Amino acid sequence: MILDSKVPEGPLESKWTNYKSSVPLVSPANKRRIEVIVVGTGLAGASAAASMAEMGYKVKSFCFQDSPRRAHSIAAQGGINAAKNYQNDGDSVYRLFYDTIKGGDYRSREANVYRLAEVSASIIDQCVAQGVPFAREYGGTLDNRSFGGVQVSRTFYARGQTGQQLLLGAYSALSRQISKGNITMYNRHEMVDIVKIDGKARGVIVRNLLTGEFSRHFGHAVVLATGGYGNVYYLSTNAMGSNVTAAWKAYKQGAAFSNPCFTQIHPTCIPVSGDYQSKLTLMSESLRNDGRIWVPKNKGDNRKPSQIPEDERDYYLERRYPAFGNLVPRDVASRAAKERCDEGFGVGDTGLAVYLDFEDAIKRLGKETVSARYGNLFAMYDKITGDDPYTTPMRIFPAVHYTMGGLWVDYDLMTTVPGLYAIGECNFSDHGANRLGASALMQGLADGYFVLPYTIGKYLSEDIRTEPMDTAHEAFDTAEKKALERTKILLQNNGSRSVESFHRDLGKIVWDYCGMSRNQKSLNEAILSIQSLREEFWKHVKVPGDDKTYNPELDKAGRVADFFELGELMMRDALEREESCGGHFREEYQTQEGEALRDDENYTFASTWEFKGIDKPPTLHKEDLNFETVAPTQRSYK
Amino acid sequence: MTDLQLTLNIWRQRSSSESGKFESYEVDNLNTHMSFLEMLDVLNENLVEENKEPVAFDHDCREGICGMCSMVINGRPHGPMKGTTTCQLHMRHFKNGDTITIEPWRAKAFPVVKDLVVDRSSFDRIIQSGGYVSVNTGSAPDGNAIPIPKSIAEEAFDAAACIGCGACVASCKNASASLFVSAKISQLSLLPQGQPEKNERVKKMVAQMDEEGFGHCTNTGACQAECPKEISVDYIRKMNVDYNLSNIKG
Repeated sequence: MILDSKVPEGPLESKWTNYKSSVPLVSPANKRRIEVIVVGTGLAGASAAASMAEMGYKVKSFCFQDSPRRAHSIAAQGGINAAKNYQNDGDSVYRLFYDTIKGGDYRSREANVYRLAEVSASIIDQCVAQGVPFAREYGGTLDNRSFGGVQVSRTFYARGQTGQQLLLGAYSALSRQISKGNITMYNRHEMVDIVKIDGKARGVIVRNLLTGEFSRHFGHAVVLATGGYGNVYYLSTNAMGSNVTAAWKAYKQGAAFSNPCFTQIHPTCIPVSGDYQSKLTLMSESLRNDGRIWVPKNKGDNRKPSQIPEDERDYYLERRYPAFGNLVPRDVASRAAKERCDEGFGVGDTGLAVYLDFEDAIKRLGKETVSARYGNLFAMYDKITGDDPYTTPMRIFPAVHYTMGGLWVDYDLMTTVPGLYAIGECNFSDHGANRLGASALMQGLADGYFVLPYTIGKYLSEDIRTEPMDTAHEAFDTAEKKALERTKILLQNNGSRSVESFHRDLGKIVWDYCGMSRNQKSLNEAILSIQSLREEFWKHVKVPGDDKTYNPELDKAGRVADFFELGELMMRDALEREESCGGHFREEYQTQEGEALRDDENYTFASTWEFKGIDKPPTLHKEDLNFETVAPTQRSYK
Repeated sequence: MTDLQLTLNIWRQRSSSESGKFESYEVDNLNTHMSFLEMLDVLNENLVEENKEPVAFDHDCREGICGMCSMVINGRPHGPMKGTTTCQLHMRHFKNGDTITIEPWRAKAFPVVKDLVVDRSSFDRIIQSGGYVSVNTGSAPDGNAIPIPKSIAEEAFDAAACIGCGACVASCKNASASLFVSAKISQLSLLPQGQPEKNERVKKMVAQMDEEGFGHCTNTGACQAECPKEISVDYIRKMNVDYNLSNIKG
């Protein structure tokens, strides 16, 4: 396998401009004949489908939810970054690029990140034009706030529901194209395999979740916009249905998978309260603009937070990182919280929590201003915990939130399978080893609105003579039979354990061994544990019901089966990367102050895995990352 | 944290073509920290172990924003708490020994798919009929080119907060979708970007709402009372004004 990133020649700042000027185009007459499949309707998928349909391609769009509007992008709270410099605070495309590269701990590809920063401003314009009600100043202009890891205010927001508003914007664009007949939408359909013909992606097999029927769909190209794989941990801030299945099928069909162990543990989530818990709820990073994080200075201090005097509180982020304080990047903030809790300073029943306190902000700004900024988040916290953040500090703890790893893509966002693209969280491309806050929405919409619709033309311009293929082709036959077979095995397995119980056990292994810190010994153990649990799953899983009516247990079983295989690959990846960077913290590699210790000499590459068979170890390929503009240094937020 | 034992009366219906009925279940080993859906997870795991088919219900984000969860709890869409989706409802609001009745949304335009799951694609078709601004990717002016007064942006946001769950329909004796439709119409008609298509939009969306078989609004206000995002019925008034104006203006 050759990893050719296809980064255009020329200076960094003119690569994308030159690319757009010289990329081959597909004429309007030919676009009408070309069919593109888009799987997933989150920010990336909906915006890509809508934009390509507007350009004239025939698009088929799929989502597993009951409506495309429900994709998990909807839950993003805090905001979206863009290099507009509306605040006149010195922001620029270069600074956004630099912050993202540095935030990612120098493990992402310069050219892709620069392009992301370049198109960021257009995203805001597009969304405003769609009627997205961003927060505004009294003068009527757009408002901004700050997020972790940066020293400018470049985050645009719509209260604490930015993801919802942006997704509904993309959904409205998608809906418009559906009504024009340019997109055929399939709700409650799950992709179960990619179909390759002559080495190229030529379609998908999908399963109708309501009727159990499989159907075959041809596409000149296939785009995966299927999100991240955080649910491999069982407990995460992802939606219950978020899964790796589509990306995993692609991997098994030859699309390489990069940096699977780069996962983001978000520092501010509501802590776990019991074994029955099904998911974790994020409290937006925007809260760290005004909230102060602390723990008691004395171990086991059981007093109520209000009774602990100021000089007996340890504002550990402000103490350790005076330059960025509470707004250090997520990986740094999460590790610092873990360190305090591991040392016995944690608060709450479990000792696995720290305080996020708004007392000073309320004194400084007044309750009304704090409420205008964070009211809905405070209400959500109150609903879940029964505590009122206006009068007592929130208790928070890190939780799995986002996955930087994903399908390897080149500059065109194409995977190693010709004609198969991956966009949004589903790919690995822009965030390196740690994503900055408010950059996921930016990347999803950049890929979908402004990058893929151009780059896909390069491939499709060479495919204008290909007639739509008959789905009776044997490649479709084989793929459908394989999927049907798997469903049968799951349903006929006369086991005794629920899918949920297996998922919970898998999640615990992945969290314990590939969570906020990792080490060689436990990673080796974890590979064996996952393998034996996977074996147990196929022997003893019980899936009730049939495949003729809606059967959520069956859907979940298929997804969890794929998580087992992914979990093992994550362990291998974490084991192989003998350095600490971003969200990947290997205990063996740290500075004396406990900061991540990178090894640029040996690990400045994207670990890219090629599938070799279910019981064979995958092959590692390395895409060397060449830093021509930014010189990697130790990331410091002190 | 207190332990709970409950009796659940749940609507079971195998498919849209078969008739359904209530079934009763006893569940223990629950506690007050659980969310309502986590309580149902416990029931479903018990059912799987007993070799019975679990109760199908829609849910996804479990943080009150995707709009997927949809059940009528003791006669009220999303249950007893104001401004709360089912997934954010916690068991601390119930008492040990309670009997809880759980049904799907009931409306002609939301046919039952299975158990507590209904088909809400009628909402998608209403948005497709005109719930957008016709702007192609790449053709937008600078985001600050048109200043929008903060109060207008806020009001548009209040309408845009709709999660499309359908509780408004489920709570309405006429199964009217007026709150849902008016929220989208108002969001766009408040903003300058929505002006060019304002008249066409309201006509098309109202026509689609009627075609889907939703009932008419008779101003009882149940929708506002049960809306998990507390969207105001004032938007229905705005929609009616827009609708009448569109007929005059053509």
